[in-house]
Amino acid sequence: MSREKILAAVAKNKPTLTPLPDIQDFGNPYSDLVAQFTSVLTTIGGTVVEVRSWEEIQQYVQTHFAGRRMVTNLAPLADMAQQSWLTSDPHSLDDVGLAILQGQFAVAENSAVWVTEAEMGQRVTPFIAETLALVIQKSAILPKMHHAYAQIGAAEYGFGAFIAGPSKTADIEQSLVLGAHGPKSMVAFLID
Amino acid sequence: MNHSEAADKFNKDFDRTTWHDETLWWVRQKRDRAAFAIPEWEDLRNTASQIKHNVLSNLDTYLIEFEKNAKANGVTVHWAADAHEHNQIVLSILKEQGIQQIVKSKSMLTEECHLNPFLAENGVEVIDTDLGERIVQLADEPPSHIVMPCIHWKKEEIGVLFHKHLGTPEGCADPSTLTLAAREHLREKFLTRRVALTGVNFAVAETGEFVVCTNEGNADMGTHLADVHIACMGIEKIVPKRKHLGVFLRLLARSATGQPITTYSSHFAKPREGQQMHIVLVDNGRSRQLGREEFRNSLKCIRCGACMNTCPVYRRSGGHSYHNAVAGPIGSILAPNLDMTKNADLPFASTLCGSCSNVCPVKINIHEQLYSWRQVLTKSGHSPTAKTIGMKAMAAVLSSPSVYRFSGKIGRLTLSNTPFVVNNSLNPWYKQREMPEPPKESFGEWYKKNRK
Repeated sequence: MSREKILAAVAKNKPTLTPLPDIQDFGNPYSDLVAQFTSVLTTIGGTVVEVRSWEEIQQYVQTHFAGRRMVTNLAPLADMAQQSWLTSDPHSLDDVGLAILQGQFAVAENSAVWVTEAEMGQRVTPFIAETLALVIQKSAILPKMHHAYAQIGAAEYGFGAFIAGPSKTADIEQSLVLGAHGPKSMVAFLID
Repeated sequence: MNHSEAADKFNKDFDRTTWHDETLWWVRQKRDRAAFAIPEWEDLRNTASQIKHNVLSNLDTYLIEFEKNAKANGVTVHWAADAHEHNQIVLSILKEQGIQQIVKSKSMLTEECHLNPFLAENGVEVIDTDLGERIVQLADEPPSHIVMPCIHWKKEEIGVLFHKHLGTPEGCADPSTLTLAAREHLREKFLTRRVALTGVNFAVAETGEFVVCTNEGNADMGTHLADVHIACMGIEKIVPKRKHLGVFLRLLARSATGQPITTYSSHFAKPREGQQMHIVLVDNGRSRQLGREEFRNSLKCIRCGACMNTCPVYRRSGGHSYHNAVAGPIGSILAPNLDMTKNADLPFASTLCGSCSNVCPVKINIHEQLYSWRQVLTKSGHSPTAKTIGMKAMAAVLSSPSVYRFSGKIGRLTLSNTPFVVNNSLNPWYKQREMPEPPKESFGEWYKKNRK
């Protein structure tokens, strides 16, 4: 059995045990977490929209994304989109023009938003839609990745992802192109 | 072809070499800006290095813990002692499913194991879905860089390639148009393939989950639409706890491309309902490298590619000249462990300037290991023949004062009177450089005359 062979070789060849270091969180250097998040996300090709209510989100969506197939599992937006997508074959989401999902929290240093399967509805949703919109409470913006993992703690999920901006590539002569395979644009709605 | 011969070929096109050099240096500068913006950067590097050291010192325990937790999550765990077994395991999963077509996102491990040609021989079509990897795949080439696989390709050449394979308009070299064409071409593959293979950036012992980082979203498009997800990882990819990801995700993208984080950092814990998830844990020489005290730290590598972008030799010789899945400085300390005879030239493909060690996010002493490998390879008779002859001749000259004095005289006379004897294409010292005016006498001769 290769398992035993590998484990025996590793046990034989490993160096003397050294301790794990303590992980610090390096504090919060940002006086304004919303401003920091906005600055980074804008730099990497995302759009930040600050809103005071769900109605403002609805208005923004109607203005910018009218006519596109829209999916969401957010109750306040339920009358804008169909619900049947939650149980349909994930391949049928190929033509989704806008997916609006909840982000659990965001990280100011790199504008990543933590989204798990529970918020995604279907795992492929945030990746297959032409535009991804994530709704984040302003109070749920944390300074750094260390704070993010402290927040996640021992939570159980089948799948979760940090998402920072739209899908992108620079594989052709280092020219940045948004919309490699996934969303061509990404909007973060920051709500009070 | 060894590294210096391949590098020589690469350098024939002077403008192209300069372009390659400058492109990678630009990425290195982006890395610097990202790193310098983090005041605790050095603390992060130290912490990451210490975590990885703990991993190496307790790897068997962590692997067992990871396996137990992954299994509890509903994932099937496979163990492969070498590349051949890894390839067989992947093929057997595909056969079980009756599958002949798969999509694959970036995995340097499968490059190391030569999975694609193996599957092709067995009638399986593999579509690489990372744009850069798809480009080199269409061109029937291996990647030349672990993060930017087609960094050696110009957009006009990609335009020609896409015109031939994807039907883009002739003469089109616009990156946006070409990327859009690839998006449409690959979207169809994502929607129709039932098995998706990915690499692994980090695997967490504590939870049994693993993390895959991409900018394009190709790993996610593949896996979330497929019935079966196969993830292949080297056994050194383990981190002990979930919170350690915070340290590594802060370092990885900043070191690789200067981004604050990759667009997607996907944490796979359990298969989707109705989906199968497999993890293949691969040794392929890693446990052997773990036993080499001088070289075991090479296993800390998180594959960011920063050492390649900064390396003056890599930048001016290109990834393919390293004839190994992982090129550049890190590839040159990993490759001799895989095959000492085939890769004996690689630790010599360096100026030992130390820039690689300075940028490494997990503080691997890369340049010191390059130097150590030279000694190991020379002692075991693996050093390149020309180098061995040269070194032996030099040792003979330097160990005898009379031979040394005589050789010096001959050298000065030759350079002044018959320079064509040495200034020709047979002498590598004359490539792209002019020799200085030879002095009329040696210091020894001068001293004898002038001491009073």
